[in-house]
Amino acid sequence: MIAARQAYRDHLVARMALDSRLACLDSDTGLFTGVDFGADAARYLNLGIAEHTLIGVAAGMAAAGWTPFVTTMAAFAASRALEAVKIDVAYNALPVRIAATHAGVAAGSLGPTHHELADLAVMRALPNMTVVVPGDAAAVPVLLDQLRAVPGPVYLRLGRGPTPPLPASAPAPELGRLQPLRGGRRAVLVATGPLPVLAALRAAELLAAARVDAGVLQAHTLKPFDTATLLEWTADAELVVAVEEHWRTGGLGSAVAETLAENAPAPLLRVGWPDAFVAEVGGQEHLLDRAGVSGAAIAAAVSARLDGTEL
Amino acid sequence: MSAPADTGTAVLRAAALRIRRHIVGMCAGATGGHLGGSLSIADILAALYFRVLRVDPAAPDDEDRDVFLLSKGHGAVALYAALAVRGFFPEDELAGFAAPGGRLMAHPVRAVPGVELPTGSLGHGLALGLGFACAARLSGGPRRVYVLLGDGELQEGACWESAMAAAALRADRLTAIVDRNGLQLTGPTERIVPLEPLADKWRAFGWEVREVDGHDLEALPPALLAGPSVPGRPVAVIASTVKGRGLPYAAGRVESHYARLSERALARAYRALDRPGQEPT
Repeated sequence: MIAARQAYRDHLVARMALDSRLACLDSDTGLFTGVDFGADAARYLNLGIAEHTLIGVAAGMAAAGWTPFVTTMAAFAASRALEAVKIDVAYNALPVRIAATHAGVAAGSLGPTHHELADLAVMRALPNMTVVVPGDAAAVPVLLDQLRAVPGPVYLRLGRGPTPPLPASAPAPELGRLQPLRGGRRAVLVATGPLPVLAALRAAELLAAARVDAGVLQAHTLKPFDTATLLEWTADAELVVAVEEHWRTGGLGSAVAETLAENAPAPLLRVGWPDAFVAEVGGQEHLLDRAGVSGAAIAAAVSARLDGTEL
Repeated sequence: MSAPADTGTAVLRAAALRIRRHIVGMCAGATGGHLGGSLSIADILAALYFRVLRVDPAAPDDEDRDVFLLSKGHGAVALYAALAVRGFFPEDELAGFAAPGGRLMAHPVRAVPGVELPTGSLGHGLALGLGFACAARLSGGPRRVYVLLGDGELQEGACWESAMAAAALRADRLTAIVDRNGLQLTGPTERIVPLEPLADKWRAFGWEVREVDGHDLEALPPALLAGPSVPGRPVAVIASTVKGRGLPYAAGRVESHYARLSERALARAYRALDRPGQEPT
């Protein structure tokens, strides 16, 4: 089991050897400690603990024809350095790739200063931005290869530790498309991020055992959002459920709500972090469990909404 | 691509005057404009675009061109004027400054030929310039990068973050120019958040510092053209300037920061600029 951010690192280092216009811009994250860039060492720049400068330098390099990959924590990319992301990168539609680690509550007991529960809201609001959340480590190189065709900026949301692989039966992720992971139409669960997707799959299993037909779609691309697939899958749904490691406002739940409300209104349940900062010590899974982002909690909530009963 | 030939200060003086005339003209439009801080950089822009920068209006995207960024983006009317006078687009278009539906916004936009990147939120330009400088070093080629900062802008912490990084990365293709006119929106910098000792600050951050009269068209080109005396050091040129320079009744006055000139005031401004001996001292 490897972490998505490790898969990102390994893929980037391999790609740099093949593409002389790629640069790796780091903010002293430690992710590249011990990496041998070999002949490409000059293209690894450690800007120090300076996230605004990190993003600005990346924009300048991109304006000069380079494709910089910047690495920082999601909390700093989407909050501290946000103005540089907005003005220097998104406004200019420059091909900067922002790899944002420790997203959601992946930083666990490091606390709210290092959590990032608003990045999907912020990044998908920015014009020109593509927003991608790989579901597991294996999806990272697949999506990064597809992202080569994207001329504008990309926000790549990554976690911290290793997460289990998604089922081998899952089709290969296709950028910009919702990825069907499990058939089922009475309730349709749309999930983003490794642990929420696994929670949605577990919830669907529990619901199936209770004779509730529930499907699961993975949203590895938040922007552009795959309206067509969502509407096709939810046409007959009694309940649509959005599951994410994010505040319930502005992220996947909002993207789904907007899409449904504008096209084919359907009852919606948003599962995610409530409108509050994390107020207790806990690892990522503990915190997600507290927010109701677990198979059992989601299944119970869906069942209650569908039948007014508890599982 | 090479820098413009040394045609002497008469050419620079004529360019600076033309830039100033356009500045006051744009500040007489429907919205007015950032008058004082645009007039304070007119001579610096004349020196850059007519003597220092290797740029070609006929090939604005040439890969080897030098890069200029106006980090104090509120000086856009001065930048637009300099670009138009240099031939990047027709000077006639300046009459459409800030007109609805047009492209000449009050802060520089990339749609205007010759503008490298949009600026206006202060504190961004130095990091952008550092990015261009890093890319140029990796790519090879002769490119140099110039970033013009306001002195009040230096109250933004991001400037110093980027200054520190530039020294660490040995970005000796990067030159920062500080428009040291001493005034920000509501008063003197030294009364609001003092910047002095400013030269010492840049030196302490690892930069080579040059202090120059920002209206001296003989002194500006050599100060801007010379690379660092020590390889690996970025260069900071602190240009002493006067906000509102060129209009005796506005010069050095905080009220010159933003103005919408009436027809009468515009005529008075043209008369002041055209008075022999007014430009430069």
